[in-house]
Amino acid sequence: MIAWILFHLFVFPGMLFTGVLGLLVGWLDRKVSAWFQFRVGPPLFQNFNDFFKLLGKETIIVKSAVKSVFVVAPLAAFAVLTLIATIIGLALFYNEGFAGDMFVVMYLTMTFSVMVILGGSSTGNVYSSIGAGREMKLLLADELAFILVFLVPIVKSGYQVQFDQILAYQQNAGAIIGSPSGIIAFIVGILCIQAKMTLAPFHIPEAETELVDGPFMEYSGPLLAFWKLDHYMMYVIFPFLLVLLFLGGFNLTGIGILWSVLKYVGIVVVMIIIKNTNPRIRIDTALNFFWKYASPLAFIGVILAVLGV
Amino acid sequence: MGWYNKRLAKSLWVFHISGSPCNNCDIEILDLLTPRYDVERLGIKLVGSIRHADVLLVTGIFNQKIAPKIKKIYEQAPKPIFVVAVGTCVSSGCCFKESYNRVEKREEVIPIDMYVPGCPPKPESMIEAVAKLLGVLNG
Repeated sequence: MIAWILFHLFVFPGMLFTGVLGLLVGWLDRKVSAWFQFRVGPPLFQNFNDFFKLLGKETIIVKSAVKSVFVVAPLAAFAVLTLIATIIGLALFYNEGFAGDMFVVMYLTMTFSVMVILGGSSTGNVYSSIGAGREMKLLLADELAFILVFLVPIVKSGYQVQFDQILAYQQNAGAIIGSPSGIIAFIVGILCIQAKMTLAPFHIPEAETELVDGPFMEYSGPLLAFWKLDHYMMYVIFPFLLVLLFLGGFNLTGIGILWSVLKYVGIVVVMIIIKNTNPRIRIDTALNFFWKYASPLAFIGVILAVLGV
Repeated sequence: MGWYNKRLAKSLWVFHISGSPCNNCDIEILDLLTPRYDVERLGIKLVGSIRHADVLLVTGIFNQKIAPKIKKIYEQAPKPIFVVAVGTCVSSGCCFKESYNRVEKREEVIPIDMYVPGCPPKPESMIEAVAKLLGVLNG
Protein backbone atom coordinates (compact mmCIF):
# COMPACT_ATOMS: atom_id res chain seq x y z
CA MET A 1 0.00 0.00 0.00
CA ILE A 2 2.77 2.42 0.99
CA ALA A 3 4.76 1.42 -2.10
CA TRP A 4 1.68 2.09 -4.24
CA ILE A 5 1.20 5.56 -2.71
CA LEU A 6 4.88 6.37 -3.26
CA PHE A 7 4.60 5.16 -6.87
CA HIS A 8 1.62 7.48 -7.44
CA LEU A 9 3.36 10.40 -5.80
CA PHE A 10 6.78 10.05 -7.41
CA VAL A 11 6.23 8.26 -10.71
CA PHE A 12 2.95 8.02 -12.53
CA PRO A 13 0.49 10.82 -12.05
CA GLY A 14 2.87 12.67 -9.76
CA MET A 15 6.40 14.03 -9.99
CA LEU A 16 8.09 12.20 -12.88
CA PHE A 17 5.13 12.04 -15.27
CA THR A 18 4.06 15.63 -14.69
CA GLY A 19 7.61 16.94 -14.87
CA VAL A 20 8.51 15.15 -18.12
CA LEU A 21 5.17 15.91 -19.79
CA GLY A 22 5.34 19.49 -18.56
CA LEU A 23 8.79 20.06 -20.04
CA LEU A 24 7.62 18.55 -23.35
CA VAL A 25 4.49 20.73 -23.41
CA GLY A 26 6.70 23.69 -22.50
CA TRP A 27 8.57 22.93 -25.72
CA LEU A 28 5.22 22.99 -27.57
CA ASP A 29 4.56 26.41 -26.05
CA ARG A 30 7.92 27.78 -27.16
CA LYS A 31 7.63 26.21 -30.63
CA VAL A 32 4.11 27.52 -31.29
CA SER A 33 5.12 30.94 -29.97
CA ALA A 34 8.06 30.85 -32.40
CA TRP A 35 5.72 30.02 -35.27
CA PHE A 36 3.60 33.01 -34.31
CA GLN A 37 6.67 35.22 -34.82
CA PHE A 38 7.77 33.43 -38.04
CA ARG A 39 10.73 31.84 -36.27
CA VAL A 40 11.95 28.25 -36.23
CA GLY A 41 11.91 27.76 -32.48
CA PRO A 42 13.92 25.56 -30.10
CA PRO A 43 14.61 21.82 -30.56
CA LEU A 44 12.46 19.19 -28.84
CA PHE A 45 14.61 18.59 -25.75
CA GLN A 46 15.41 22.25 -25.16
CA ASN A 47 13.60 22.46 -21.82
CA PHE A 48 15.37 19.33 -20.54
CA ASN A 49 18.72 20.86 -21.50
CA ASP A 50 17.77 24.09 -19.71
CA PHE A 51 16.69 22.19 -16.61
CA PHE A 52 19.82 20.02 -16.34
CA LYS A 53 22.05 22.98 -17.14
CA LEU A 54 20.49 24.99 -14.30
CA LEU A 55 20.91 22.04 -11.91
CA GLY A 56 24.66 22.20 -12.46
CA LYS A 57 25.11 25.94 -12.03
CA GLU A 58 26.28 27.70 -8.93
CA THR A 59 23.60 28.54 -6.37
CA ILE A 60 23.96 32.06 -5.08
CA ILE A 61 22.15 32.75 -1.83
CA VAL A 62 21.73 36.47 -1.72
CA LYS A 63 23.26 38.28 1.24
CA SER A 64 20.13 40.33 1.93
CA ALA A 65 17.82 37.31 1.69
CA VAL A 66 16.00 35.47 4.46
CA LYS A 67 17.95 32.33 3.71
CA SER A 68 15.58 29.61 4.91
CA VAL A 69 12.55 31.05 3.07
CA PHE A 70 14.65 31.77 -0.01
CA VAL A 71 15.72 28.13 -0.27
CA VAL A 72 12.51 26.47 0.89
CA ALA A 73 10.02 28.43 -1.27
CA PRO A 74 10.84 26.83 -4.67
CA LEU A 75 11.07 23.35 -3.16
CA ALA A 76 7.78 23.77 -1.28
CA ALA A 77 6.14 25.07 -4.46
CA PHE A 78 7.42 21.99 -6.28
CA ALA A 79 6.03 19.72 -3.56
CA VAL A 80 2.66 21.50 -3.70
CA LEU A 81 2.42 21.09 -7.47
CA THR A 82 3.42 17.41 -7.22
CA LEU A 83 0.61 16.89 -4.73
CA ILE A 84 -1.96 18.64 -6.99
CA ALA A 85 -0.74 16.58 -9.95
CA THR A 86 -1.13 13.37 -7.95
CA ILE A 87 -4.67 14.18 -6.78
CA ILE A 88 -5.85 15.22 -10.25
CA GLY A 89 -4.00 12.34 -11.94
CA LEU A 90 -5.49 9.76 -9.58
CA ALA A 91 -8.99 11.03 -10.35
CA LEU A 92 -8.35 11.13 -14.11
CA PHE A 93 -6.51 7.84 -14.64
CA TYR A 94 -7.66 5.66 -11.73
CA ASN A 95 -11.10 7.13 -10.88
CA GLU A 96 -10.00 7.51 -7.30
CA GLY A 97 -10.91 10.40 -5.04
CA PHE A 98 -11.51 11.26 -1.43
CA ALA A 99 -14.14 13.44 0.21
CA GLY A 100 -13.39 17.10 -0.42
CA ASP A 101 -10.45 16.65 -2.78
CA MET A 102 -11.69 19.64 -4.81
CA PHE A 103 -11.22 21.87 -1.79
CA VAL A 104 -7.73 20.48 -1.29
CA VAL A 105 -6.86 21.35 -4.91
CA MET A 106 -8.34 24.86 -4.58
CA TYR A 107 -6.33 25.37 -1.43
CA LEU A 108 -3.11 24.00 -2.89
CA THR A 109 -3.27 26.13 -6.07
CA MET A 110 -3.49 29.14 -3.78
CA THR A 111 -0.58 27.82 -1.72
CA PHE A 112 1.58 27.81 -4.83
CA SER A 113 0.95 31.54 -5.33
CA VAL A 114 1.74 32.09 -1.66
CA MET A 115 5.08 30.30 -2.17
CA VAL A 116 5.85 32.60 -5.11
CA ILE A 117 5.05 35.60 -2.91
CA LEU A 118 7.23 34.26 -0.08
CA GLY A 119 10.12 33.47 -2.41
CA GLY A 120 9.92 36.83 -4.11
CA SER A 121 9.71 38.87 -0.95
CA SER A 122 12.44 36.92 0.85
CA THR A 123 15.21 38.11 -1.47
CA GLY A 124 15.36 41.73 -0.37
CA ASN A 125 15.55 42.83 -3.98
CA VAL A 126 13.31 45.74 -4.98
CA TYR A 127 12.20 44.21 -8.26
CA SER A 128 11.44 40.90 -6.60
CA SER A 129 9.38 42.64 -3.92
CA ILE A 130 7.35 44.51 -6.52
CA GLY A 131 6.87 41.23 -8.39
CA ALA A 132 5.71 39.51 -5.20
CA GLY A 133 3.29 42.36 -4.49
CA ARG A 134 1.86 42.10 -7.96
CA GLU A 135 1.52 38.33 -7.61
CA MET A 136 -0.49 38.97 -4.44
CA LYS A 137 -2.80 41.41 -6.22
CA LEU A 138 -3.21 38.98 -9.10
CA LEU A 139 -4.11 36.24 -6.61
CA LEU A 140 -6.74 38.54 -5.10
CA ALA A 141 -8.05 39.23 -8.59
CA ASP A 142 -8.42 35.70 -9.94
CA GLU A 143 -9.23 33.68 -6.81
CA LEU A 144 -12.96 34.48 -6.67
CA ALA A 145 -13.54 33.70 -10.34
CA PHE A 146 -11.49 30.50 -9.98
CA ILE A 147 -13.62 29.25 -7.08
CA LEU A 148 -16.86 30.17 -8.88
CA VAL A 149 -15.61 28.11 -11.84
CA PHE A 150 -15.26 25.12 -9.50
CA LEU A 151 -18.82 25.66 -8.25
CA VAL A 152 -20.45 25.01 -11.62
CA PRO A 153 -19.45 21.31 -11.91
CA ILE A 154 -20.29 20.89 -8.19
CA VAL A 155 -23.83 22.19 -8.74
CA LYS A 156 -24.32 20.39 -12.07
CA SER A 157 -23.33 17.01 -10.64
CA GLY A 158 -25.83 17.30 -7.82
CA TYR A 159 -23.60 18.93 -5.19
CA GLN A 160 -20.73 16.43 -5.33
CA VAL A 161 -17.37 17.72 -4.14
CA GLN A 162 -15.34 14.72 -5.24
CA PHE A 163 -13.48 14.53 -8.53
CA ASP A 164 -14.36 10.89 -9.24
CA GLN A 165 -18.07 11.52 -8.65
CA ILE A 166 -18.02 14.50 -11.02
CA LEU A 167 -16.37 12.22 -13.59
CA ALA A 168 -19.01 9.55 -12.96
CA TYR A 169 -21.76 12.15 -13.44
CA GLN A 170 -20.21 13.26 -16.73
CA GLN A 171 -19.99 9.67 -17.97
CA ASN A 172 -23.73 9.27 -17.43
CA ALA A 173 -25.06 12.70 -18.42
CA GLY A 174 -22.46 13.94 -20.92
CA ALA A 175 -19.68 16.44 -20.44
CA ILE A 176 -20.51 19.57 -18.42
CA ILE A 177 -19.24 21.81 -21.24
CA GLY A 178 -22.31 20.67 -23.23
CA SER A 179 -24.56 22.97 -21.18
CA PRO A 180 -24.66 26.83 -21.33
CA SER A 181 -23.47 27.20 -17.73
CA GLY A 182 -20.63 24.77 -18.46
CA ILE A 183 -19.48 26.80 -21.48
CA ILE A 184 -19.48 30.04 -19.46
CA ALA A 185 -17.53 28.45 -16.61
CA PHE A 186 -15.07 26.85 -19.03
CA ILE A 187 -14.27 30.20 -20.70
CA VAL A 188 -13.78 31.93 -17.35
CA GLY A 189 -11.74 28.92 -16.23
CA ILE A 190 -9.29 29.30 -19.12
CA LEU A 191 -8.86 33.01 -18.29
CA CYS A 192 -8.29 32.18 -14.61
CA ILE A 193 -5.69 29.58 -15.55
CA GLN A 194 -3.94 32.15 -17.68
CA ALA A 195 -3.72 34.36 -14.60
CA LYS A 196 -2.75 31.49 -12.27
CA MET A 197 0.10 30.52 -14.58
CA THR A 198 1.06 34.19 -15.09
CA LEU A 199 0.96 33.79 -18.86
CA ALA A 200 0.33 36.79 -21.09
CA PRO A 201 -1.80 38.94 -20.84
CA PHE A 202 -1.52 38.34 -17.08
CA HIS A 203 2.28 38.01 -16.80
CA ILE A 204 2.19 41.10 -14.61
CA PRO A 205 4.32 39.70 -11.74
CA GLU A 206 7.22 38.61 -13.95
CA ALA A 207 7.02 41.41 -16.56
CA GLU A 208 10.29 40.80 -18.39
CA THR A 209 10.71 44.34 -19.63
CA GLU A 210 10.26 46.20 -16.35
CA LEU A 211 10.64 43.76 -13.45
CA VAL A 212 13.21 41.55 -15.21
CA ASP A 213 11.82 38.27 -13.88
CA GLY A 214 9.88 39.53 -10.92
CA PRO A 215 9.91 37.16 -7.92
CA PHE A 216 12.46 34.84 -9.58
CA MET A 217 15.01 37.54 -10.35
CA GLU A 218 17.56 36.66 -7.65
CA TYR A 219 17.29 32.90 -8.01
CA SER A 220 20.10 31.04 -9.73
CA GLY A 221 21.16 27.46 -10.35
CA PRO A 222 19.08 24.53 -9.01
CA LEU A 223 16.58 26.77 -7.20
CA LEU A 224 15.81 28.57 -10.47
CA ALA A 225 15.58 25.16 -12.18
CA PHE A 226 12.83 24.23 -9.72
CA TRP A 227 10.93 27.46 -10.40
CA LYS A 228 11.14 26.78 -14.14
CA LEU A 229 10.01 23.18 -13.61
CA ASP A 230 7.10 24.45 -11.46
CA HIS A 231 6.03 26.72 -14.29
CA TYR A 232 6.09 23.91 -16.85
CA MET A 233 4.32 21.48 -14.49
CA MET A 234 1.41 23.89 -14.41
CA TYR A 235 1.05 23.33 -18.16
CA VAL A 236 -0.04 19.80 -17.21
CA ILE A 237 -1.96 20.41 -14.01
CA PHE A 238 -4.37 23.15 -15.04
CA PRO A 239 -5.41 21.74 -18.46
CA PHE A 240 -5.90 18.35 -16.74
CA LEU A 241 -8.09 20.11 -14.18
CA LEU A 242 -10.25 21.64 -16.92
CA VAL A 243 -10.50 18.30 -18.73
CA LEU A 244 -11.56 16.71 -15.46
CA LEU A 245 -14.14 19.34 -14.54
CA PHE A 246 -15.68 20.14 -17.92
CA LEU A 247 -14.64 17.75 -20.70
CA GLY A 248 -15.50 14.43 -19.07
CA GLY A 249 -12.01 13.18 -18.31
CA PHE A 250 -9.84 10.83 -20.36
CA ASN A 251 -10.94 7.60 -22.02
CA LEU A 252 -7.82 5.50 -22.50
CA THR A 253 -9.23 2.72 -24.70
CA GLY A 254 -9.04 2.53 -28.50
CA ILE A 255 -9.98 5.72 -30.31
CA GLY A 256 -10.56 7.38 -26.95
CA ILE A 257 -6.79 7.89 -26.59
CA LEU A 258 -6.81 10.18 -29.62
CA TRP A 259 -9.73 12.15 -28.17
CA SER A 260 -7.99 12.44 -24.83
CA VAL A 261 -4.82 13.82 -26.41
CA LEU A 262 -6.89 16.20 -28.54
CA LYS A 263 -8.77 17.54 -25.49
CA TYR A 264 -5.52 18.21 -23.64
CA VAL A 265 -3.55 19.66 -26.58
CA GLY A 266 -6.59 21.73 -27.60
CA ILE A 267 -6.74 23.49 -24.22
CA VAL A 268 -2.97 24.05 -24.23
CA VAL A 269 -3.04 25.51 -27.76
CA VAL A 270 -5.90 27.86 -26.84
CA MET A 271 -3.79 29.05 -23.90
CA ILE A 272 -0.77 29.57 -26.16
CA ILE A 273 -2.87 31.49 -28.69
CA ILE A 274 -4.22 33.79 -25.96
CA LYS A 275 -0.65 34.20 -24.71
CA ASN A 276 0.71 35.21 -28.09
CA THR A 277 -2.04 37.54 -29.23
CA ASN A 278 -2.39 39.73 -26.15
CA PRO A 279 -0.11 42.39 -24.72
CA ARG A 280 0.42 42.68 -20.98
CA ILE A 281 -2.26 44.57 -19.07
CA ARG A 282 -1.79 46.72 -15.99
CA ILE A 283 -2.51 45.31 -12.54
CA ASP A 284 -5.56 47.60 -12.08
CA THR A 285 -6.91 46.49 -15.46
CA ALA A 286 -6.49 42.88 -14.39
CA LEU A 287 -8.35 43.53 -11.11
CA ASN A 288 -11.08 45.36 -13.02
CA PHE A 289 -11.33 42.56 -15.54
CA PHE A 290 -11.66 39.80 -12.97
CA TRP A 291 -13.91 41.60 -10.47
CA LYS A 292 -16.17 43.44 -12.91
CA TYR A 293 -16.43 40.99 -15.81
CA ALA A 294 -15.02 37.51 -15.21
CA SER A 295 -16.41 36.90 -11.71
CA PRO A 296 -19.95 38.14 -12.50
CA LEU A 297 -19.88 36.01 -15.64
CA ALA A 298 -18.87 32.97 -13.60
CA PHE A 299 -21.58 33.89 -11.07
CA ILE A 300 -24.17 33.92 -13.88
CA GLY A 301 -22.83 30.49 -14.79
CA VAL A 302 -23.41 29.26 -11.24
CA ILE A 303 -26.96 30.69 -11.22
CA LEU A 304 -27.70 29.02 -14.54
CA ALA A 305 -26.35 25.76 -13.13
CA VAL A 306 -28.61 26.08 -10.06
CA LEU A 307 -31.55 26.68 -12.40
CA GLY A 308 -30.53 23.48 -14.19
CA VAL A 309 -29.54 24.98 -17.56
CA MET B 1 31.89 16.79 -17.14
CA GLY B 2 31.41 16.02 -20.82
CA TRP B 3 27.71 15.32 -20.39
CA TYR B 4 27.11 18.51 -18.47
CA ASN B 5 29.07 20.61 -20.97
CA LYS B 6 26.89 19.29 -23.77
CA ARG B 7 23.78 20.38 -21.84
CA LEU B 8 25.37 23.76 -21.22
CA ALA B 9 26.27 24.13 -24.89
CA LYS B 10 22.66 23.55 -25.86
CA SER B 11 21.20 26.16 -23.56
CA LEU B 12 23.27 29.31 -23.27
CA TRP B 13 21.35 32.15 -21.66
CA VAL B 14 22.75 35.52 -22.51
CA PHE B 15 22.87 38.65 -20.40
CA HIS B 16 23.79 41.77 -22.27
CA ILE B 17 25.55 44.77 -20.72
CA SER B 18 26.62 47.93 -22.47
CA GLY B 19 30.02 49.10 -21.26
CA SER B 20 29.71 52.60 -22.75
CA PRO B 21 29.37 51.66 -26.41
CA CYS B 22 28.16 53.88 -29.27
CA ASN B 23 25.07 51.57 -29.30
CA ASN B 24 25.78 50.25 -32.77
CA CYS B 25 26.80 46.81 -31.51
CA ASP B 26 23.73 46.70 -29.29
CA ILE B 27 21.50 47.25 -32.30
CA GLU B 28 23.24 44.40 -34.10
CA ILE B 29 22.81 42.17 -31.04
CA LEU B 30 19.10 42.91 -31.10
CA ASP B 31 19.16 41.96 -34.79
CA LEU B 32 20.52 38.61 -33.74
CA LEU B 33 17.38 37.91 -31.73
CA THR B 34 14.92 38.85 -34.48
CA PRO B 35 13.07 36.21 -36.55
CA ARG B 36 15.60 36.45 -39.38
CA TYR B 37 18.46 34.94 -37.37
CA ASP B 38 16.44 33.33 -34.52
CA VAL B 39 19.11 32.10 -32.09
CA GLU B 40 16.47 30.32 -30.00
CA ARG B 41 16.90 27.34 -32.34
CA LEU B 42 20.40 26.99 -30.83
CA GLY B 43 18.91 27.25 -27.36
CA ILE B 44 20.18 30.79 -26.83
CA LYS B 45 17.87 33.04 -24.85
CA LEU B 46 18.24 36.64 -23.76
CA VAL B 47 17.56 36.88 -20.02
CA GLY B 48 17.00 40.00 -17.98
CA SER B 49 18.77 39.01 -14.77
CA ILE B 50 22.48 38.24 -14.40
CA ARG B 51 21.62 35.47 -11.93
CA HIS B 52 20.12 33.43 -14.77
CA ALA B 53 22.91 34.00 -17.29
CA ASP B 54 25.58 31.70 -18.73
CA VAL B 55 27.06 34.18 -21.16
CA LEU B 56 27.90 37.80 -20.45
CA LEU B 57 27.81 39.86 -23.64
CA VAL B 58 29.78 43.10 -23.29
CA THR B 59 30.12 45.94 -25.75
CA GLY B 60 32.03 49.22 -25.78
CA ILE B 61 35.24 50.71 -24.34
CA PHE B 62 34.69 50.36 -20.59
CA ASN B 63 34.94 53.92 -19.32
CA GLN B 64 36.16 54.73 -15.81
CA LYS B 65 32.65 55.04 -14.47
CA ILE B 66 31.15 51.80 -15.79
CA ALA B 67 34.19 49.52 -15.25
CA PRO B 68 33.56 48.86 -11.51
CA LYS B 69 29.92 48.15 -12.29
CA ILE B 70 30.85 45.64 -14.97
CA LYS B 71 33.18 43.96 -12.49
CA LYS B 72 30.37 43.87 -9.94
CA ILE B 73 27.93 42.36 -12.41
CA TYR B 74 30.52 39.72 -13.36
CA GLU B 75 30.95 38.83 -9.71
CA GLN B 76 27.18 38.55 -9.26
CA ALA B 77 26.90 35.93 -12.00
CA PRO B 78 26.62 32.24 -11.08
CA LYS B 79 29.64 30.33 -12.38
CA PRO B 80 30.43 28.94 -14.94
CA ILE B 81 30.01 32.14 -16.93
CA PHE B 82 31.54 32.99 -20.29
CA VAL B 83 32.31 36.54 -21.35
CA VAL B 84 31.89 37.36 -25.03
CA ALA B 85 33.11 40.79 -26.10
CA VAL B 86 31.23 42.14 -29.10
CA GLY B 87 32.76 44.84 -31.28
CA THR B 88 36.22 46.22 -31.95
CA CYS B 89 35.85 48.63 -29.02
CA VAL B 90 36.46 45.95 -26.41
CA SER B 91 39.47 44.45 -28.17
CA SER B 92 41.31 47.55 -29.36
CA GLY B 93 39.29 50.63 -28.48
CA CYS B 94 38.43 51.35 -32.12
CA CYS B 95 37.95 55.08 -32.76
CA PHE B 96 37.73 55.77 -29.02
CA LYS B 97 41.20 54.40 -28.28
CA GLU B 98 42.58 57.81 -27.32
CA SER B 99 39.59 58.81 -25.27
CA TYR B 100 40.50 60.26 -21.87
CA ASN B 101 38.07 58.23 -19.79
CA ARG B 102 38.56 54.74 -21.22
CA VAL B 103 39.96 51.83 -19.21
CA GLU B 104 43.45 50.95 -20.48
CA LYS B 105 43.20 47.17 -20.18
CA ARG B 106 39.69 45.85 -20.40
CA GLU B 107 40.80 42.26 -19.76
CA GLU B 108 41.91 43.36 -16.31
CA VAL B 109 38.35 44.39 -15.42
CA ILE B 110 36.83 41.02 -16.26
CA PRO B 111 38.40 37.95 -17.91
CA ILE B 112 37.19 37.92 -21.51
CA ASP B 113 36.80 34.51 -23.16
CA MET B 114 36.06 35.53 -26.71
CA TYR B 115 36.32 38.59 -28.91
CA VAL B 116 34.03 39.27 -31.86
CA PRO B 117 35.71 42.03 -33.90
CA GLY B 118 33.81 44.32 -36.24
CA CYS B 119 32.41 47.82 -36.02
CA PRO B 120 29.71 46.68 -35.61
CA PRO B 121 30.08 42.90 -36.21
CA LYS B 122 27.44 41.36 -38.43
CA PRO B 123 24.95 39.02 -36.75
CA GLU B 124 26.46 36.19 -38.84
CA SER B 125 29.86 36.71 -37.26
CA MET B 126 28.31 36.74 -33.80
CA ILE B 127 26.58 33.43 -34.57
CA GLU B 128 29.96 32.10 -35.75
CA ALA B 129 31.53 33.19 -32.46
CA VAL B 130 28.79 31.43 -30.51
CA ALA B 131 29.27 28.33 -32.65
CA LYS B 132 32.98 28.38 -31.78
CA LEU B 133 32.12 28.67 -28.09
CA LEU B 134 29.78 25.69 -28.51
CA GLY B 135 32.61 23.81 -30.23
CA VAL B 136 34.89 24.44 -27.24
CA LEU B 137 32.18 23.26 -24.85
CA ASN B 138 31.44 20.14 -26.88
CA GLY B 139 35.16 19.24 -26.81
